[in-house]
Amino acid sequence: MSLQIIINLVVAIMWMFLAETYSVVSFLKGFIIGALLLFLLRRFIPDAFYLNRLWKMIKLMFLFIKELFLSNIDIVMWVYKPRKDFQPGIFALPIELKSNWEITMLTSLISLTPGTLSVAVSENNEVIYIHAMNIDDTETAIESIKMSFEKAIMEVTR
Amino acid sequence: MSETIDLVRDIIIILLLLSGTFFILSASIGVIRFPDVYTRLHAATKASTLGISGIMIGAFIFLYAEKGIISGKLILGIIFILLTAPPLSAHMIGRAAHSSGIKPWAADGKTRDAYADSIEKNK
Repeated sequence: MSLQIIINLVVAIMWMFLAETYSVVSFLKGFIIGALLLFLLRRFIPDAFYLNRLWKMIKLMFLFIKELFLSNIDIVMWVYKPRKDFQPGIFALPIELKSNWEITMLTSLISLTPGTLSVAVSENNEVIYIHAMNIDDTETAIESIKMSFEKAIMEVTR
Repeated sequence: MSETIDLVRDIIIILLLLSGTFFILSASIGVIRFPDVYTRLHAATKASTLGISGIMIGAFIFLYAEKGIISGKLILGIIFILLTAPPLSAHMIGRAAHSSGIKPWAADGKTRDAYADSIEKNK
């Protein structure tokens, strides 16, 4: 991955020198050309094409923002409901992610989802304890976290 | 022509600022209304982030349109609020509350607390 970034930057700088215009625009042109070259020659370069991963990261960011909006609207609805008909509680979520960085991402995402808030991570990094606004739909919460977030994070890191 | 553009711009700024204040107001009402620390954390950390980002984006557009300033500080502010407020501070306050022995509130008096159970088991 780092090799590909270096190749891309070198191509961009070379393009700048060849075009003899030392500006951001020509650097960007060179960068795009470098990315295209890497894409065309991806069979001969070790590792997967690195912009793929960048694209997945951007997708993860948009997921973040979407969840933020949803959770805000959700919590505002809870605030203005006249009766307190929710059933809060803490439930455990077993996770497959291993490294600290991945778990940090996952807990942040969980805190952003509607009605859930990560409270603690177990010492062997296998379980996250989540406080839910409504514990009755724990099953669906676990399902959605497993399906969308863990998968999205894994796509970026692995 | 430019007057209509100005009008639309002003309307967008007003909507952003109003929705921002609305979310922050709801967050503070939630902090008063909800029964315990954890549910209050939901209100305080989630609803306020969208409120603050709304107000900051509104201020950013206003500064750019009115004074021609591209304010990087506002953008940085939004990014750092998003990075810290809901995930980090909520997690830390929740954890601290739990380790100082606060039980989650329940409407029917039965607390559902898997974390306390697992601590109990590992003793």
